[in-house]
Amino acid sequence: MEHLLEAKELSKYYTTPNGPLHAVEQVSFTVDEKTTLGVVGESGCGKSTLGRVLVGLLDATGGDFFFEGENVTHPDKKKRKELRRKMQIIFQDPYSSLDPRMCVSDLIAEPLKALKLARGATLEKKVQELMDTVGLARRFAYSYPHELDGGRRQRIGIARALSVDPKFIVCDEPVSALDVSIQAQVLNLLKELQIEKGLTYVFITHNLSVVKHISHDILVMYCGCMVEKCPSKELFAQPLHPYTKGLLAAIPIPSLHVKKPDIVLSGEVTSPVNPKPGCRFAARCPYVSDLCKQEMPKPQELAPGHFVACHRAKEINSL
Amino acid sequence: MDMDVKEKIPPAEEELVEKIPKKRSYFGEIWHRLRKNPVAMVCLVFLAVLILAVVFANFIAPYDYAEADLSLRFALPSAEHIMGCDEQGRDLFSRLLYGGRYSLMVALIAVAIGIVVGMVVGALCGFFGGGLDSVLMRVMDVIMAIPGLMLAICVSVALGSGVFNTALAIAVGTIPIIARQLRGSTLLIRSQEYIEAAQSFGEGYFRIIMRHVIPNTLAPIIVQASLYLGGSIMAIAGLSFLGLGVQPPTPEWGNILNTGLDYIYQFSTRWHVIVFPAMFIILTMLAFNLLGDGLRDAMDPRMRK
Repeated sequence: MEHLLEAKELSKYYTTPNGPLHAVEQVSFTVDEKTTLGVVGESGCGKSTLGRVLVGLLDATGGDFFFEGENVTHPDKKKRKELRRKMQIIFQDPYSSLDPRMCVSDLIAEPLKALKLARGATLEKKVQELMDTVGLARRFAYSYPHELDGGRRQRIGIARALSVDPKFIVCDEPVSALDVSIQAQVLNLLKELQIEKGLTYVFITHNLSVVKHISHDILVMYCGCMVEKCPSKELFAQPLHPYTKGLLAAIPIPSLHVKKPDIVLSGEVTSPVNPKPGCRFAARCPYVSDLCKQEMPKPQELAPGHFVACHRAKEINSL
Repeated sequence: MDMDVKEKIPPAEEELVEKIPKKRSYFGEIWHRLRKNPVAMVCLVFLAVLILAVVFANFIAPYDYAEADLSLRFALPSAEHIMGCDEQGRDLFSRLLYGGRYSLMVALIAVAIGIVVGMVVGALCGFFGGGLDSVLMRVMDVIMAIPGLMLAICVSVALGSGVFNTALAIAVGTIPIIARQLRGSTLLIRSQEYIEAAQSFGEGYFRIIMRHVIPNTLAPIIVQASLYLGGSIMAIAGLSFLGLGVQPPTPEWGNILNTGLDYIYQFSTRWHVIVFPAMFIILTMLAFNLLGDGLRDAMDPRMRK
């Protein structure tokens, strides 16, 4: 099957007074059509930067990015406009991602107006359809965001992203600002929309339960680098990278009888500004070797579809 | 830990009452909200009456503004001269009506120039930052470093008198203040996700500034503008006093009040030459101020009841 999305050693550096900040470092992955790639990692590991590079809000520093088989890393103006119709983004914070001075129908209509896709009566009808699709009652059409709760606001964000009929949506922590009860509603809505409209998602989150629920594949990031990528089930059943093991061990289990493996990662995340050569995780890794401190590990496929960027992954997991 | 996600989405919005409110345009919505504010409406009516009276001064004023009758020097208000007469025996009411033409027009133009230029500069600086920001902001600093009246004098001397030139002279001093303020709020707005969202739909910078940045930064500017109106009226008086604004006998609120203030020691007998011009200025300022307040609230959907 042709991949809808393919990133090859995609990098994004920010310039800071102390040198370049390696926010995303040589991340490679593919996403198939109508599937969801979950991107997990702790705060500041570059997940959101990656998402913004994908939808063209930030320019990649290096690497290539293919969409529908075409290299769209640095598209020209016309191509970018075309891509804006195919790729959209749903933001984390349904409070700051909606202009407080626009009413619901104007917010949803915004992309359609900006890209000149509809106007007048067609526009109005389209907005109403979108509101039905995401489960927003029509009586809210002229309400303002502050009058609605978090779940409804995020529905506006989803409707806005859907308005241009995209094929691919980056969901940048779309539920982390919501109540748990509403999280489930919004996640289910996203799932239903995926089936109904054949959408492809890159789903960015730090919530492992959310990612387990929604993703087909999961990509784990640490300090800008990809450490592990594999099908969702496999990650939870058999994590191969020491960081992933630590991450999964940190999920609290609400039961008295289950004993979970005791992996505590000590130390701090390495600074992504002017990083040292070698594995980013070396400073905290319990299995660190000399090689880890000298050379950054390249992702290798240890099982079908299971990529791990670790020099010692084979030994550790006795594969 | 697993969330209970099997639960079906409840029909998110149970549509018990299918009541879709009517759509109003942006300005329609503002007007609708403003109308509910009695204070603002009173001010609006007052200003409308004042402006009409001033515009049609030649029909309304009972006397000519330059018609002097020395026998009536400092005449107290009476049936013939409802606000009395000034030091040359000219009808004060007529002078104030005619004077309002110049004062209001110059003040409004000055504030308009100050706000528009200041907003453009501030929005550009705040939005784009970098070199443009540094250069424009240093220029603003230079303007700010010069006292307002000095600056106004320089500009008037260079450009000559006239309504627009005087307005420009007064506006120059307010530009940097507005620009600074707007730059600050723009920086704040810029970091909001809805700006990024707009970019992801491919909205251009111009559209983003006009549709998202300006409306969200307008509130403090409107209040500021209403304050500047009063300040401008007094600044015009200052320029006139130095011979750079309007020349006597043409009346203008500031210079009428200034002349009146010379007689403050005889306030008990000549109070009217101070009280009436001051009243015109104060009421106008107050009305603009309260209207500005009301307008700010009306433009903010969050204040909707």
